[in-house]
Amino acid sequence: MKVKEKIMEFVFLLTAIVSVVAVVLICVFLFANGIPAMKEIGFAEFLTGTKWKPGNDKYGIFPMILGSIYVTGGALIIGVPVGVLMSIFLARFCPAKLYKVLKPIVDLLAGIPSIVYGFFGLVVLVPLIREHFDSRGQSILCAAILLGIMILPTIIGASEPTIRAVDESYYEGALALGATHERSVFTVIVPAAKSGIFAAIVLGVGRALGETMAVMMVVGNQPRVTHNVLEGIRTLTTNIVMEMGYATDLHREALIATGVVLFVFILIINLCFSLIKRSGKE
Amino acid sequence: MEKNIVPINRISMKDRLKSYIKHPGSLILLLLVCIAAVLTVVTLLFLVGYILINGLPYLKPSLFALNYNSDNVSMLPAIINTVEMVLMALLLSVPFGVGAAIYLVEYAKSDNKLVGIIRLTAETLTGIPSIIYGLFGMLFFVIQLHWSYSMMAGAATLAIMVLPTIMRTTEEALLCVPTSYREGSFGLGAGKLRTIFKIVLPAAMPGILSGVILSIGRIVGETAALIYTAGTMTGVAGLMNSGRTLAIHMYVLSNEGLHKNEANATAVVLLIIVLMINGLSSFVAKKFEATKA
Repeated sequence: MKVKEKIMEFVFLLTAIVSVVAVVLICVFLFANGIPAMKEIGFAEFLTGTKWKPGNDKYGIFPMILGSIYVTGGALIIGVPVGVLMSIFLARFCPAKLYKVLKPIVDLLAGIPSIVYGFFGLVVLVPLIREHFDSRGQSILCAAILLGIMILPTIIGASEPTIRAVDESYYEGALALGATHERSVFTVIVPAAKSGIFAAIVLGVGRALGETMAVMMVVGNQPRVTHNVLEGIRTLTTNIVMEMGYATDLHREALIATGVVLFVFILIINLCFSLIKRSGKE
Repeated sequence: MEKNIVPINRISMKDRLKSYIKHPGSLILLLLVCIAAVLTVVTLLFLVGYILINGLPYLKPSLFALNYNSDNVSMLPAIINTVEMVLMALLLSVPFGVGAAIYLVEYAKSDNKLVGIIRLTAETLTGIPSIIYGLFGMLFFVIQLHWSYSMMAGAATLAIMVLPTIMRTTEEALLCVPTSYREGSFGLGAGKLRTIFKIVLPAAMPGILSGVILSIGRIVGETAALIYTAGTMTGVAGLMNSGRTLAIHMYVLSNEGLHKNEANATAVVLLIIVLMINGLSSFVAKKFEATKA
C-alpha cells in the first residue's frame, strides 16, 4: 500500500514536470534551428537589414519588427482607452442588472476565434478604409483597429477584477471628503489599481504582438519600411505564416529565426507582466 | 406624516444633474466611461450580427455533404476532423494537466523550489502565441519525430497549448475543496491516493470540467498552430494523415477568395459552435460556484 502511494506521488510529479519539459523543448528547438541562420546572415544584418528578398538571399527583418511595433502600438491606442474605461464602467458604474448582461458580452468577445475576426476585418474594415481614405484598404490602420477590438476582452478581463478589488474604504473616504462619484473613482480607486491595470495592458501587448491569422488577412503583408498608416506592412508573425509553406534551406531557417525574435519579444513581455504583478502584490 | 420622510442619502435625478453642472469634469468622465461601454457592446453586436446576417442565407445542405469537392466545399469532413482533433488533444493534455494540478495542490510543499519552476513555466506557456506553438510543432513533431503533417502532430501541439489552461482551472478547483473533506476521509482510514480519487476529484469535477470545455473552445478556434502541423488536406483524416479542422477550412476558403458566400456560411457555423462551447463552460462554472456556496 505504502509503495503504491509512493509510486503515484512520483507519477503526479512526472505529469507536473511536463510543462517544464515543454518549455525547455520549445526553447531548444526554436533556438537550435534559428540561431545558426542568424549567424550565417549576420546578427546585425538580420535584425537591422531593411530588405527581405529570399530570392536574392537578402534576409533583413527590420521591416517586420517595425510592422509588429506599429500594429501593436496602434492596437494599444485604440484598445487601451476603451478597454480600461470599460473595465472602470463594469467595476464601479454599472448597475448589477446591467452587469449580468455586459459580462457575458465581454466573454463572448474573448471567445470569438481569431480567424472569424480576420474574416470580419477583411469583408468590413478593409472595404471601409478603401472607400474613405486614399488607401488600398489592407493597411496598418486596418490591422490596428481589428487588433484594438481583439485585445479589448484581454484588457477588460484582467483589469476589471483589480479595480473591483480596491478596498471600499478608499472610495468612501474620498466621497466623505466631498468628491463626486466620478472623481473618487478616477483619482482614488484607479491609481490604487494602477499595477493591475498595467499588467492587463502588458497582457494586451502580448496578445497583439502574437496574433497571426487575423492580422495576416488585413495588414497587406508587404515587407517594407513605411511610416504611413494607410499603407500595408508585414509583421513578424505573418512573415512566418506567409512563407513557411514553400520555404527551403536558409530561407526556412531565416523564418524560424524570425520566430526566435518574436519568442524573445514575448518572453520579455511575460517577464514584465510577472514583475508588475509581483510589485503590485507588495 | 410618514410619507414626508425622505431618505437623505438617496440623491434624486435633479440633485444629480445639479451636481454635474457644478462639476463638469465629472460629467465628462461619466460620459467617457459610458461611451466606452457602448462602443464595446456595439462592436460585438455588429460583428456577430454581420456574420450571422451575411452567412445564414448561404447555409445550404450541400455545405454538409459527406464528401468534399471544390464545387460544394462541404464543411462536414472539417467538422468531423475538428471533433477528432478535440478528442485527441484532450486525451493527451487532460491527464497531464490534472495530474500536475494534483501534484501542486495535494503533494508539493509550498517551499519546494520545483513548484516555483513549474508555475513559472506554466505561466510562460500561457503567454506564448499560437504561431510559436505551430513553429515548434512543425520542428519537433512533424520533422524531428517524422510524423509529417498529421492530425496527431496537430493534436500534440494543441495539447501543449491548452495544458496551462487545464492546469490552472484544475488547481483552482482543487483549492476550493474544503480541507475538512480530506480530513474526514483520512479520519475514516482512507489513504492519500484514495482520498484524492474518491473525495477531492469528484468534488472538484465541475470546476475541472469548465476548464476542459474552455480548452475545447480554444482548440476549435485555433488556426495558426495547426497550418504547419496538421496541414490543410480536405477529407476526413486518420490519425497519421493530414486533415483540416473547421477553422482552417474557413481560413483556406476566405484566403482563396473563390467562395465568399460559403466562407460566410462557414464563419456562422464556426462562430455558433465556439460561442455554444464557451457558454456551456461558463454555465458549468456557475453551477460549480453554486454548489460551493
